[in-house]
Amino acid sequence: MTRQLRGRNAAPRRSAAQLSRGRAWWALLFIGPAGLGLVVFYLWPIIRGIYLSFQDVGPFGGETFVGIDNFVEVFSEPDLGRALLNTLLYAVICLIGIPVAMIVAVLINTKGLKGRSLFRVLFFLPVVTMPVAVALVWRLLLNVDYGVLNLSLRAIGLPGVAWLSTPVVNMVVIAIVGIWMGLGTQIIIFTAGLQGIPDTLIEAAELDGAGPVRRFVSVIVPLLSPTTFLLSVLSVIASMQVFDLIFLMIDPNNPAQSQSQSLVSLFYTRGFLQHDLGAAAAIACVLLAIILVLSAIQFRLQRRWVHYE
Amino acid sequence: MSEPTSVMTRERASVTVREPAPVATPRRTGRAPGKPLFWVYVLLILGSAVMVFPFIWEVLTSLKTLSGASSVPPQIIPDPFTTRAYTKVFDTLPFWNLLGNSILLTVIRTLGQVLLCTMAGYGFARFHFRGKNVLFIAFLAVLMVPGQLFLLPQYEIIREMGLLGTIPGIALPGLFSVFGTFLLRQFFQTLPMELEEAARLDGANEWQIFWRVMLPLAKPGIIALTLLTALWSWNDFLWPLVVSGNVNSMPLSVGLSLLTDLRLRDDALLMAGALLSSLPMIAVFLVLQRQFIQGIAFTGTKG
Repeated sequence: MTRQLRGRNAAPRRSAAQLSRGRAWWALLFIGPAGLGLVVFYLWPIIRGIYLSFQDVGPFGGETFVGIDNFVEVFSEPDLGRALLNTLLYAVICLIGIPVAMIVAVLINTKGLKGRSLFRVLFFLPVVTMPVAVALVWRLLLNVDYGVLNLSLRAIGLPGVAWLSTPVVNMVVIAIVGIWMGLGTQIIIFTAGLQGIPDTLIEAAELDGAGPVRRFVSVIVPLLSPTTFLLSVLSVIASMQVFDLIFLMIDPNNPAQSQSQSLVSLFYTRGFLQHDLGAAAAIACVLLAIILVLSAIQFRLQRRWVHYE
Repeated sequence: MSEPTSVMTRERASVTVREPAPVATPRRTGRAPGKPLFWVYVLLILGSAVMVFPFIWEVLTSLKTLSGASSVPPQIIPDPFTTRAYTKVFDTLPFWNLLGNSILLTVIRTLGQVLLCTMAGYGFARFHFRGKNVLFIAFLAVLMVPGQLFLLPQYEIIREMGLLGTIPGIALPGLFSVFGTFLLRQFFQTLPMELEEAARLDGANEWQIFWRVMLPLAKPGIIALTLLTALWSWNDFLWPLVVSGNVNSMPLSVGLSLLTDLRLRDDALLMAGALLSSLPMIAVFLVLQRQFIQGIAFTGTKG
């Protein structure tokens, strides 16, 4: 942008055009290698993925056009409905992580706090931990018979819960683990947002007699709303694609396994365990459609609650 | 931590992590600042406990015996302490092989992506040619598409190249990144044109301008991309699960998941494996925390 304007102001148009023509080869050198890879491994596969969703792919690769049969097949199975509900439930619960992250970010950035960087590291630790390892640790903590959570519940006289083998309950629990795992990232992004809030605004509120809670609700929350919006869009997109945690925390021996699929675990089952590529591609297309619709809804709703200065 | 301080301060100026202004503190003393701060500590310590407890339990369990790990009431302190589970990780899994694969995959992917994305980001920021914007918008559209949509065709491509079950096959798609290209383009766009023009007047060609002038200036962006790519590559699961197929090319993330398939449930073994697999990245994070945190902040504010 600046370059164009400057080029036009600084010199007559023709010489600017000549300059850019001489540099076109360089553009090819710079963009070419990555550009080619992105086209081959990302752009083309998207087109091919959509194409595949309308094909029946034989076990040895033969493809026949079947129209929307894959979609009809996928939609007519109870699995999809369940996976869809599970995934939406997961996504909704994950949104609770955003206000939690906001509160922690404000707490960590309190003036005069000591040990700030230690707190930041502790909250960020799960972000850099392998999701497979996270899943294993939480499986142990949530074990029905000897998991710490149930042992604590029993110690205070409450019955234990079969956290991971009760449908619906397990989605809620795994979503909470998901929140735990991603909280650090959200805290950091909120911290960056907090830095955009001018001190003067908070000091003015303070002079008007607003206590910490009042300042948080009336000044910080509205001013952070663009960050909250960004994080809620990212959170929904990411949680629609949840796979690792569900795949690893609910293993094939789990009695609730068939009722505890997410859209992506269903995609994995269809595509790589049952080798039904057409159906898997159809699921991926459904996922794309859902993400686009949910993002569009969020962008529409943002007018109601997001304040830009 | 031995990075030159000038880079540190420049990074800090551009994003994140405001340390409290020292001037502000005395102004507040009239309102007894000790009390709200007390509750802040209480809440943060409680929160930190929730964040750290699983790690502590992981370490403790990994040092227990088979029966100690699942005893009721629970053993808190391992009794007796044993490193049996760690020895067993190396017996059950080809651990060194998996670790080597993870390191190799992470290094290849990170180096490739940083070089290619830096070049392409620079290209998109600083050159003009017909169709550039269309191409760039097409790439941006990829960011909205769930990864599963291109996963199947990527799998087909790797299969047709005969690279299933090989390290290059797992690494290849990860060499390219729309996100990285976008991140670096944003970065190069903020750098002043005058530098480029001055270098051109001094007779530098485009590559020299890029390599000698622009690349050093884009260091914060490059560090951010390097750490994020390394982190994502180390922890990546679905793609290597689908492509690797055999233990020879598997990274740690997939190899670790093999432990859950074992008939014998050995929690101490699982915890030892989980810890050993996560530790390298946690160690890198502890050494480079500031850069990691700034990298994440970039993705929120710039990406």
